[in-house]
Amino acid sequence: MTTPAEVPWRRLDGKMLVVAPLQHVVRLLPVLVILLFTGRGDPVRLWITLGITVILIVLGVVRWKTTRYRITDDRVELHSGWVRRQRRSVPRDRLRTVDVTSTLLHRVFGLGVLHVRGASSASADHHGLKLDAVSATEAARLRTELLQAGPAPVRIGGRAVGGVPTAEPGLPEVVSGNGRHSDYSHSQVLSVLRWPWIRFAPLTVSALAGTGVLVAAVWNVVSELGLRPRDLPFAADVEERIRGAAIWLTVGVFALALLVVAILGSLLMFTERWWGYRLTRDDDGTLRVHRGLLTKRSLSVAGTRQRGAAVNEPLLLRAGRGAQTRVLATGLGRGSQHGTLQPPATRRETHLLAAAVAGEPPERATLAPVLQHPRRALWRRLTRAVVPMAVLCAAGWVVAATVPGWYWLGPLATVLLVLAVPVGFDRYRNLGHLLTARHLVTRWGSLHRRTVVLERDGVIGWRIRQSIFQRRAGLVTLEAVTAAGEGGYPVTDVTAADGVALAAAVTPNVFEALAPLRAEEAAGDLAAQGAGRGPQERLHHR
Amino acid sequence: MTAAVALPLRPPAHRVDPRAVQWWRLQGLAALVALAGPQLVVWLVLGTAPSWLLVTTIVTAALAVAYTLVVPPIRYRIHRWEITDEAVYTLSGLLVREWRIAPISRVQTVDTEHGPLQQWLKLASVTVTTASARGPVTIHGLAAPDAAELARVLTETTQATPGDAT
Repeated sequence: MTTPAEVPWRRLDGKMLVVAPLQHVVRLLPVLVILLFTGRGDPVRLWITLGITVILIVLGVVRWKTTRYRITDDRVELHSGWVRRQRRSVPRDRLRTVDVTSTLLHRVFGLGVLHVRGASSASADHHGLKLDAVSATEAARLRTELLQAGPAPVRIGGRAVGGVPTAEPGLPEVVSGNGRHSDYSHSQVLSVLRWPWIRFAPLTVSALAGTGVLVAAVWNVVSELGLRPRDLPFAADVEERIRGAAIWLTVGVFALALLVVAILGSLLMFTERWWGYRLTRDDDGTLRVHRGLLTKRSLSVAGTRQRGAAVNEPLLLRAGRGAQTRVLATGLGRGSQHGTLQPPATRRETHLLAAAVAGEPPERATLAPVLQHPRRALWRRLTRAVVPMAVLCAAGWVVAATVPGWYWLGPLATVLLVLAVPVGFDRYRNLGHLLTARHLVTRWGSLHRRTVVLERDGVIGWRIRQSIFQRRAGLVTLEAVTAAGEGGYPVTDVTAADGVALAAAVTPNVFEALAPLRAEEAAGDLAAQGAGRGPQERLHHR
Repeated sequence: MTAAVALPLRPPAHRVDPRAVQWWRLQGLAALVALAGPQLVVWLVLGTAPSWLLVTTIVTAALAVAYTLVVPPIRYRIHRWEITDEAVYTLSGLLVREWRIAPISRVQTVDTEHGPLQQWLKLASVTVTTASARGPVTIHGLAAPDAAELARVLTETTQATPGDAT
């Protein structure tokens, strides 16, 4: 075995000396060009820009000089910083996911950014560490190597035997040959890009948000160039027409224009994000997502880190009969894009993929015939949907009656109140759960319907909640706590008996000791304490 | 015990320390000062303050006092905890009851916490975290020595359990 002290430290790829400053310069490029060639900007701004560029270059050099990493038999370590030195290290057996991202600039130079994340909720592990950047072959090799589970390889004469080669910093060229071909050699393709999916692009909020960013960026450049829309030759003409037209026409035209821009933007975002999409699964269960047009991304999630899958149907997507699949994995961030396995696709396709990820036929995964929750749950869903809306509606009518010019608020609030009723019914219809041999399947939500298939072994605790209203109806909301995905998944409004039975079926040994006391035992607290349960006894009879 | 009727589980075996009632009362008083205090000051300092400000001050104070008198004893009746051989088990809540169950094999860290008020009353809270962000189980208002002992026992048990508890 190699002791950690023997594994030499390695630097990031030397090309980062060029790439890191360039990344910043590219962002400033439009400004620089305009300043240099039009002479419209004043020289002070030019000097400031150049000064910033020089500082960026210096910082890039310092960063490269001070950053070192190494991969020992049991840890990934990263030292960085000059003034504020940072030392981070993640145990290899805690690694959950490995991400490789390379922007267009990285790709031109054959580089990739490697991001590894650990398991525990401790922040150092959770945020993981980032190698920005190593060569693409090195990145591919590390990605494969770092996720290999099992014992550390035995080394004979400096060569690894019985495992993948560990980092051989002295001989990068020799090992990097292994990097590329291992990607697809023993893997099963679960899904590849199908262009008809692009019809769902305008229905996703993230795409619309991306459009906003795009518009903001264009606006930024325009204002940075000192252009004012008013100076455009046809501006006066347009203004004239707007003044002349009816207000509803103007609003309509603007809304239409915005919609067209949003749709075009979302199509562009979809293309950038999902170009070359391919989802594969290795023999050891590792899921790998490859995607991206300009910025290439690849996400690898080790099989041992997977706890199931979720099918998400946000309002718009659901209306378009689409859905999206995510993997529930420990160590993934909770951001919106994390764990996304597939572009938005048809329901059938997403459920099939979720089933494939869960390793079960669809009718025992997210398409399972879930058990309906009791009728009392319908009343709860209805009141929960309608009461807040009724309050809003009342407030709306008050405003409409008192504030002149807001007469439309009352009718609008009433429409929303009426709409809340079908939402309540739909919420109830969607509630359901089923315990299969290996998974807990639960479904809930209306405006954002979710179906989750969670491994029984992935449940690491329970929360049972009961409001006073639920108590009167004899219902509870059971939440299966897990280290993966969103941290917990609810089974909403089941009867108290069913909820406890469900939890007890998943973790029987925990619930054995919590069974209701029989009458003779329920004499009081003293009896329960006297029963003496391990630590308790030590605690109370010291 | 009314809490037991709602669920086919027996309630956790132990109540929290009786001093917790005083702790919750003090918290209520602190809230009273924080909420009603500024309103009163504004009303006193500003000669021209609107009259409704006095009304809101009185209402806030009345609510806070009522809370301080009524709620802590009820809380004390509801809040319970227990460590079985297999799990950490707590019951808390007022309008919304919450039972939390964390299997000991999944416990990652055990923290003890003493706020200033708790130190004064010789109380402590024990928080048991698991790998999930939604997982932490907190037992508030234990007697400080009990909390220390509990944390020690839990830490020992946890360390004896192999694996990374995810």
